[in-house]
Amino acid sequence: MKALRFILPAVVFAVIAWFLLAGLDRNPRDIPSPLIGKPAPDFSLPVTHDLARTWSPQALRGKVWLLNVWGSWCSACQVEHPVLNDLARSGEIPIVGLAWKDMPENSIAWLRRLGNPYSVVVSDVQGRVGIDYGVYGAPETFLIDGAGIIRYKHVGPVTPELLQQKLLPLARELAAS
Amino acid sequence: MNTHRRLVNPRPRLARSLAALLLGMVAWLSLPGTTGIAVAQSQSQPAREAPTPAASLLPTQAERERFHALAEELRCLVCQNQTLADSDAALAADLRREVEELMLAGRSDDEIKAYLVQRYGDFVLYRPPLQRNTWLLWLGPFVLLLVGATVWWRVQRAHRAGLRPADAGGPGTAAARGGARTPEPQPASDADLERARRLLD
Repeated sequence: MKALRFILPAVVFAVIAWFLLAGLDRNPRDIPSPLIGKPAPDFSLPVTHDLARTWSPQALRGKVWLLNVWGSWCSACQVEHPVLNDLARSGEIPIVGLAWKDMPENSIAWLRRLGNPYSVVVSDVQGRVGIDYGVYGAPETFLIDGAGIIRYKHVGPVTPELLQQKLLPLARELAAS
Repeated sequence: MNTHRRLVNPRPRLARSLAALLLGMVAWLSLPGTTGIAVAQSQSQPAREAPTPAASLLPTQAERERFHALAEELRCLVCQNQTLADSDAALAADLRREVEELMLAGRSDDEIKAYLVQRYGDFVLYRPPLQRNTWLLWLGPFVLLLVGATVWWRVQRAHRAGLRPADAGGPGTAAARGGARTPEPQPASDADLERARRLLD
């Protein structure tokens, strides 16, 4: 009984301290997506560089690809853009750009200025497709496998580390299977 | 006498600090975080994207009230501690429009919530459902309250029952409790001795 008087507060303290400590490391922006492991929502959107044409993810069936959500209004997208340009140069994986809540002319001007790493860019001016993908900020990047399943989602700028340590190894694994 | 005891007794502080810890934990659980400000800023949308409050699509007052009640239950994902109804973020405006359109399409509140949860996860709900990963969120505060109440009750009981026999046990005990009182020796009843034994084991 006497021991319990000291052990119990210590245990309660340890539990609460653990919660608070773990909370420090959590990024509240990293909301786990319920879409991981689920089919990527289908869509048909105008191609930014040729608005008369539409594009749908069906076109990439059988391939592992990245869907990068960005906008010319988004400053963090400028941060990750050189990383995407490098990746596009390596030709390892197709990157599709979803110009989210952005006017096509602004998207085009931005890409002309900073380079275009995208196999194709589609314009989601209303942000509807973004909602279907659970997008709540730009940039966001989805890794989608050959069966059209979302395998990974990254919120925030893609970094070279993320690419080398997570996205590309996972993409290779998915391509091999 | 009672006042004096309360002044010198350090143990109610334990109950008080437990209550404070409990409040802290409730706060931790209800606010998903205070870190990550840099990311939040880098992702927030610039002022030129600021939405003009769109006119409601809903024709009747009753529908607008239903919409408002629903939007109060939903979290804006950009400014995470605001509801969809309160937020000025562009995404919140889009989601409000989406909710209005779903209402016009005749979907029920639950269907609309399910639609958003399917895309954004339980995080959009200000009142997430009680399930495997949320039981601690819902029950944790009550568990802590129970722990705190138990400790407080035990301390009180031990104190009330134990002070006299324990003091009688030796002068050192009274000094250790911070009490300068010299207790009048009293014959201990059987019940008192039993309590004392329990306290000392």
